[in-house]
Order: sequence, then C-alpha cells, then structure tokens
Amino acid sequence: MFPESFTISIAPPINAFVDWLVIHYGDAFQTFSDGLLVILVALEGFFRNAPWWLVLLLIGLAAYGASRSIRLAFVLIVLSFLMGVLGLWDEAMQTFALMLISTTIAVAVGLPFGILLSRSDRARFIGLPVLDAMQTLPSFVYLIPALMLFGLGKVPAIIATVIYAVPPVIRLTDLGLRQVNKEILEAADAFGATPGQRLWKVELPLALPSIMAGVNQATMMALSMVVIASMIGNRGLGQEVLLGINTLDVGRGAAAGLAIVAMAIVLDRTTQAYARRVQMSRGVP
Amino acid sequence: MTLIALNSVTKVFGRQSEQALALSNDGVSPLGIREQTGATVAVAETTLSINAGEVFMIMGLSGSGKSTLLRLINRLIEPSSGHVRVDGKDIGELSASGLRALRRNRLAMVFQGFGLLPHRTVLDNVAFGLEVQGQSELARHAAAREWINKVNLDGFRTAFPHELSGGMRQRVGLARALASGADILLMDEPFSALDPLIRREMQDLLNNLEQELGKTIVFVTHDLSEAVKLGTRIAILKDGKVVQVGTPDEILMSPADDYVRAFTEDLRGSR
Repeated sequence: MFPESFTISIAPPINAFVDWLVIHYGDAFQTFSDGLLVILVALEGFFRNAPWWLVLLLIGLAAYGASRSIRLAFVLIVLSFLMGVLGLWDEAMQTFALMLISTTIAVAVGLPFGILLSRSDRARFIGLPVLDAMQTLPSFVYLIPALMLFGLGKVPAIIATVIYAVPPVIRLTDLGLRQVNKEILEAADAFGATPGQRLWKVELPLALPSIMAGVNQATMMALSMVVIASMIGNRGLGQEVLLGINTLDVGRGAAAGLAIVAMAIVLDRTTQAYARRVQMSRGVP
Repeated sequence: MTLIALNSVTKVFGRQSEQALALSNDGVSPLGIREQTGATVAVAETTLSINAGEVFMIMGLSGSGKSTLLRLINRLIEPSSGHVRVDGKDIGELSASGLRALRRNRLAMVFQGFGLLPHRTVLDNVAFGLEVQGQSELARHAAAREWINKVNLDGFRTAFPHELSGGMRQRVGLARALASGADILLMDEPFSALDPLIRREMQDLLNNLEQELGKTIVFVTHDLSEAVKLGTRIAILKDGKVVQVGTPDEILMSPADDYVRAFTEDLRGSR
C-alpha cells in the first residue's frame, strides 16, 4: 500500500475554485452562454426549417467550391440524402449546426493561439503539454465543471466539443507558420512590411494548407464528440445512438451511427479537398 | 559620392559572441576564434564605401560572409559592432518605423531562391513592394505592369511563380525590386541558381536596365567572371575580411595577394 501520509487531495481546492467561479462569475458565464445559445438556436433553426433540397444544394455548392469537382459534390449530396432516407434528417441538421458552430469557434480560438505558439518558444514549451492534456483528459472531467458553469444542454456541449477540437487547429497553425520559407519572410521584411502586413499577406496565406489540415482534423474530432455531447442534453444524431444503447436497440444505434459516418465523410472530404486545392494551386503536389 | 558606408563592421554568430568579438578585435583569425569559442565571425572589421550609381560586387567563396555583409546594409542582420550608414545616416539608430521607411523607399532586394509569394500572380508579386507602401491597387498594378514589360514578361502577368522557369522567376524578383522605386538594389547571388545560358541572358538584362536607370547596385556573387562583367568595382572577401577592393582591371592586373591571384588566374589567362 502507498503510505497515506504521502497523499494529498487536490479535489477540495478544485471544488472550491469551481464554486468560487460559479458564485462570483456565474452571471458572466450565463450571459456568455445565452449569447452562444442564441447563435446556435438560429443556425439550428435555419437548417431544420430550410427545405431539404436547399440544404443538399448548399452542401453540394460547398463541396464544389472547395474541390471544383462535380463528381465529389454529387457523391456528397447522395451521402447527405441518405441521412434523410434513414429517417434522421432532423437529428442530422441539429448535429450539423453543432458541428459548424463548434468548428468555427475552434478555428477562431485556435488561430490566435497557434500564432502565439509559433512566435514564442516559451509559449510553445508551455502550450504543447497543455494541448496534449486537452486531448487525453477524459472529456467527462471537464464536462462536469462545464455543466456547473453553463447549465445543461447545448452550450456545455459546444464548450466540451471545442475543448476537444481546438488542439489540432493550434498545433497545425503553429507548424504551418514555422515552416514558412525563410527567404520569403526575409523578402517581406526587406520590402518594409510591418509585422501585421507580414502576417496577413505572407505568413497566414503560406501556412493555409497546414491550417486547413488542422480544420479538417478539428471537424473530425468534433464529430467524435456528438455522443458524449448528447449525454448532457444535446439533441441530434448522438442522442439517437445513446437511445439505441439505452434501449438495447441495435438497429436504431446502427442507423444513427451510419448517419454520423456519412456526415463525417461529407465534412472530411470537403475540408480536405479545399486544403489540397490550395496546395495544388501553388505547385506543391 | 558615397551612398553606403560600412565602418569597421563586425558580425558574430553563435554563443560567446562577446568573447569572439574581443578576439576578433585583437586580430585573431576567424578560424582561430571558431576553435577557441565556437562562435562564427561572419564579417570582421569591414570598412567599405559604395558610391551612388555604381555596381558594387561583393565576391567570395561560400562561407566568406558575403551574404551576411549584404544583409547588414538593410539591417536584416544587426551588426555586432560597427556602423552602417546610408546617405550619411546611421541605420543602426533608426526606429522600427524609420527602418521600414528606409526599406520601403530606398532599399530593394533580390534573392538567390527568388523569395516570391507562391499564392500570388506575377502581377501581385511585382506589386508587393508598392502594396506594402500602401499604394492603391490601381496605382500599384499600373506600375507593376510597366516593370513586367521592362523585364519581358508580358503575357505572364496572371501566371503563378510555380508555372514559370527559374530565369522567368528571377525576372519577377527583379521587377519586384525595381517596381518598389528604391534607388539601391541589394542582390544576393541572384543568378547563381540559373543555367549558364539563362544566367548570361539575365546579366545582359541587368546591364541594360542599369544603363537606363543608373541604380546603385550591391551584388553578391561567387563567380568572378560575373563580377568582372557587371561590376564597376569589386570587393573580394575572404573569411569575413575584405582582401581587395578595386575596378575589375585592378583586380585582374594587380591582385593584392596570392589569394586574389589564385582567384583571378583563369580569367587573366583568357583575356
């Protein structure tokens, strides 16, 4: 047995900290939560109320815009159509809205942090282990405080999904920026670019293929969170899987699982095709 | 008239640079300093003056510090000691914005690996300097078109760098530098990566443009025939030190030491 005199309990201080947060900043979190909820509800409302063919058309257009391939657009439309055929259209739209908003937040948060990590070796030294922890920490561990701060439902689901999905965006933004050709950076400096001009006109465009790979990974990570998100009250495809498990309804779970796979393919192929097209247009095979 | 003046400039890379600097000032050779401290003295106690309107060649083997020397002129590299003056003003004393203004308006640079932006067309690459200066799209594109014409790249304005040959890419690099309106061009082995035939073509192009424009050019090369062909004056560098400065004829006819003599052997024979 490990001697008891050596052990310390970190649970009470952490509990105290979360309690303190809830008591002192509960209102702020609530305001933030309400704002996020408004956006999500609006987005969800749009996808759920829009005619099914319009959504398919939008998916096709996005796929074509990203890949310039009619074939890919067609395949992805068929896959999305299948989600409806499985009787899960409404659930799929809820999940889709959650995916869009989580990925958008992950990019909005991840990009600045990725830039910071690429600028400072010290930030990187501290940041990389934190990112590892974010990805390996069981998501329930941060679901509990998220629940306490944001209440039950969609918002903690978004927060948990973002925490899980943001590391690849940060990592690959950092990597992409560090790999920018040194001579091109010298050229930007030699022509008198300000740090801002250098970042927006040179560094970020050159890192874009790597950043897009990060976005692609983020969408996949986000999608893998849908079942867990449904446990704290987020409806959608995840909930179908959960209900299938709870009622031992293998068929129901399988149908929802297939719909999730279909959505994963749609999101993956679209973001990947865009990343590849950006790279190809610069002569990198 | 002196436009660019380097006054006992030294640049040391690596750890223990203070110590290396002291040794260098005591006259210890870069090789000896490297053995003692592990630091590299890229440029040692160099004093040069470059005149307005001349083509000044910095010539040396790889590792002789010539690229470092060039980058000291636009402060892409900060000197460890000494002063660099452009138009009599010490550029080491410039603020960040003052330095940017100097780089935007006076100094343009051409790179060995071209340094072009792969996601931009030829037109937008050439216009880059003007864009950074804050010119409107209309104005900078008009200027860029003119310079693209001058380097004979009409018809490639909408092409991307990867669609061009090496020689054409360097024409873009040259047009970008000229379009910025700077009166000083810093050229870092601009033609070294090109095939011999294309290289000669580019040398002729540069020669013609220089006749017309009369820019001050500081040109780094490891090719003596290039230095002799293009240069008004040549500085020969060895281990970070200038061993001789002179016109091509002076260098060829009266080499300062055995090192320069060995260098010029082949060309003298062929003359």
